[in-house]
Amino acid sequence: MTSLDRLRGDVQPKNHNARTIAALTANPGCSRRAVMDAAGIDKSRLASYIGFPARFGQSQFAITRGNAFEAQLKANGCAELLRLLREALKLPIEEASYDDLESLEQMDARAARSRQLLTRAASGEEGAGTLFDHPLLRLEVGGRWVYLEPDLVALRTGGKFYVVEIKSFAVIDGQADGTKVSAAATQSAVYVLALRRLLAEAGHDPLLVSHDVVLVCPENFSNRPVATLVDVRKKLSVLERQLSRMARIDAIVESLSPDLTFDLAPDSSGVPQRPASELVDGLGQVDARYSPECLANCELAFFCRHEARGTTASLGKSVREELGGVSSVELALSLASGSASPEPDQEEAAAMLRYAAKLRAEIVS
Amino acid sequence: MSALTALARASAVQAGVAQPIATVRHVHLSSRPLVFIPLSLAGEAHAPLAALVGSSVESPQLLVVPQPRNRDQRFGFAATLAEILVSYVDSFCGETETVAVDRGRDVRERYVDAPQILVPNGGGIGFVRLFGRSTRFRRTTGEWAVDPAVPLLGRWLTFFAERAEYPGSSMLVSMTGALGMHWATGQSSVEDANLAALLGWIAPPAGMTGAEAALEAEDPLRWPPAGPATDPTFDNEVLAPAIESGSLSTLEKALRDQLEPTWELMWRGVSLLRALPAGSRVERRWADDRGAFTGYVEYVAEGGFPQAKLDVAVAAAQRLAKLERAQALYDAQRAYDDPLVLAEYRLTGEAFAGSVVASSPDRLDASGKKRVLRPHITVRSDDPVRLGPGVTVVSPARPAQKGRIVSVSGSDVVLELSGGMGRGLTAPPGSVPEVGERLTYTTLTESYQAPAAFPSRDETPWTHGGPPAEYVPDNEDAAEEWS
Repeated sequence: MTSLDRLRGDVQPKNHNARTIAALTANPGCSRRAVMDAAGIDKSRLASYIGFPARFGQSQFAITRGNAFEAQLKANGCAELLRLLREALKLPIEEASYDDLESLEQMDARAARSRQLLTRAASGEEGAGTLFDHPLLRLEVGGRWVYLEPDLVALRTGGKFYVVEIKSFAVIDGQADGTKVSAAATQSAVYVLALRRLLAEAGHDPLLVSHDVVLVCPENFSNRPVATLVDVRKKLSVLERQLSRMARIDAIVESLSPDLTFDLAPDSSGVPQRPASELVDGLGQVDARYSPECLANCELAFFCRHEARGTTASLGKSVREELGGVSSVELALSLASGSASPEPDQEEAAAMLRYAAKLRAEIVS
Repeated sequence: MSALTALARASAVQAGVAQPIATVRHVHLSSRPLVFIPLSLAGEAHAPLAALVGSSVESPQLLVVPQPRNRDQRFGFAATLAEILVSYVDSFCGETETVAVDRGRDVRERYVDAPQILVPNGGGIGFVRLFGRSTRFRRTTGEWAVDPAVPLLGRWLTFFAERAEYPGSSMLVSMTGALGMHWATGQSSVEDANLAALLGWIAPPAGMTGAEAALEAEDPLRWPPAGPATDPTFDNEVLAPAIESGSLSTLEKALRDQLEPTWELMWRGVSLLRALPAGSRVERRWADDRGAFTGYVEYVAEGGFPQAKLDVAVAAAQRLAKLERAQALYDAQRAYDDPLVLAEYRLTGEAFAGSVVASSPDRLDASGKKRVLRPHITVRSDDPVRLGPGVTVVSPARPAQKGRIVSVSGSDVVLELSGGMGRGLTAPPGSVPEVGERLTYTTLTESYQAPAAFPSRDETPWTHGGPPAEYVPDNEDAAEEWS
């Protein structure tokens, strides 16, 4: 049993996906999330059990629409998608062929088959496919292999691969919600990276995979799809840097107490037996870096927020910076009122806080 | 985020209640605003689901789309909303006043009051914008005919949404935005986007701290989201069965239950804001809003086209320049109206406050052809002075008078004054600050800035695509799918 298995306990690990990897890179300094995800711990279940349930429900209306949109695109051997991709990527018509990889049930078999098909296409073999539906890729995250499943990979003549991401948010008059586009781009960047590594391992040029991904969304207020090329170079470099930093998960785990575990110890009917207080204590041993953005990204956020009460970071990054980087609200206020004397490296921040407090006091009685 | 606001947030944590960051109200509040709380169906392309709308707290009107995926029902919703909103807008097209325009060279009529729409949050403004976009190009005749009120609604919604981007405009206001301008809570701005949590901090119920009230406000069962997105659990457990049941009364009850708590919060926000005294320049900005409103009423009456989907190059550049000027003016006006806002500029060195320690009100400048009155005053500043000689500053207490910094020695600043003293060579009593008077001087200016010159539409340079094609309404716009 590895230390990560011990942390998780006797349950199936929760697998990473492109979304969780993207979320991980949003806050790379958070050891708690890194360890939890590396060990495959069900954060959502843990958070509920200790009394801080996450609120990431998904509406069935959204799911239905998303599935319907993808099904519509992929109907009849991806007929509609092909039409779009031909326009967007200028795929010649005779190139069209389609490999559905979703039907293979065994993960390893699917990954192997995906690798085989994709490397064959990379070597420019006659009759290699054009569209690969739901291939299974692998990426090493924090020393562990994670399986990833892009919606589609398209191969253009001349041997360039494009990751195709299907999303159901609308592009209206050429514009879409910036946060959603950014999230989709980060996810696609994860696939690009995984695909590049796959090709590199097989001895091909990783740059065969384009840094432009194809985002397919409904246009305006209709169900008609529209394809847009999105450059993910910036996302890729951020991602690569964060992933290389995460290689140190083993070091974090080493530093933890050897009997630390987040095993809920469920009884035969699945009811957790480990006292919640023990789990809370355990969480306290792994450093978190809470910021309000976590609320949208991490299942443990409500617990971490509770823990971070009284810190300037919990008020947001800009507040913390404006308060001169002082970490606790209480200290910031004491420095502002002059009741605490600053450490040498806090002199400047303290002077600014005193001045700000003086101004406020002068005006707000 | 300024250091003063950051400090106010820290104080709010300690005090357990939100702290003021403004001493006056900077938004205009109508005596009968139209409160509009829209909900849309998750996943769909801006499909309206329901709305609660009305201009008095006692009479909210509930609008529901029984089958949100049904196109005809959506247009039915739009037609009902149009009836309410357009008649609300029309009710302001009555009394006018005559005002001078073009720097006094001309006059025009302006309505004495204008409509104001209040939505819960930024998402509400987004809904107004997109609903306007999806309705304003519709045709009222022919194959894809819709109710004649629908395209008109679209144009008005688009007008309001465009006004909302204009700094200082109060025609379409989000409640979280308006409240957040006046109070700093002990939570982050991410959490402030939840109207119930924000109000929990500003006015916690008796016996509760702001933090406790905000925590309770995050429970979607107690305080359903203020829209346009609904709570996913509500969607799955209540809404879906209600739509499926086909019973309109079940559906209406479910949606009313989701909307009514926000309705209450909206009016609570209105009373909180009304309790603040209005800044003296709020009325001036509202007059601009009334002018824009009058202009658009005239444009619609003359049969103008609906607003373009995308601005052409010249219009986009003009709009951007206009927004930038409006932003600068709005910043200056708020600082002039509110010492707490002005204090932020003192903190960054763009303003200083102090007392007059010396004054020579009769000083004349004889260096030019004609002698002119140029009094000198010395202000002993309480703030570190980071401005240097030659910089022009103005005091909000005497906005017509400019001061040019002559010298700065230590905390003493010598200013040479011009303007606001009549035409003679002696200053009328009171027109020059006297020894002992406390003043704040700032580099912010609310004086008229001439607009930048742009080429006409027909002279759009080739770098910007050359002159754009004329807009011709086509069937494609009118027939646009909405599924």
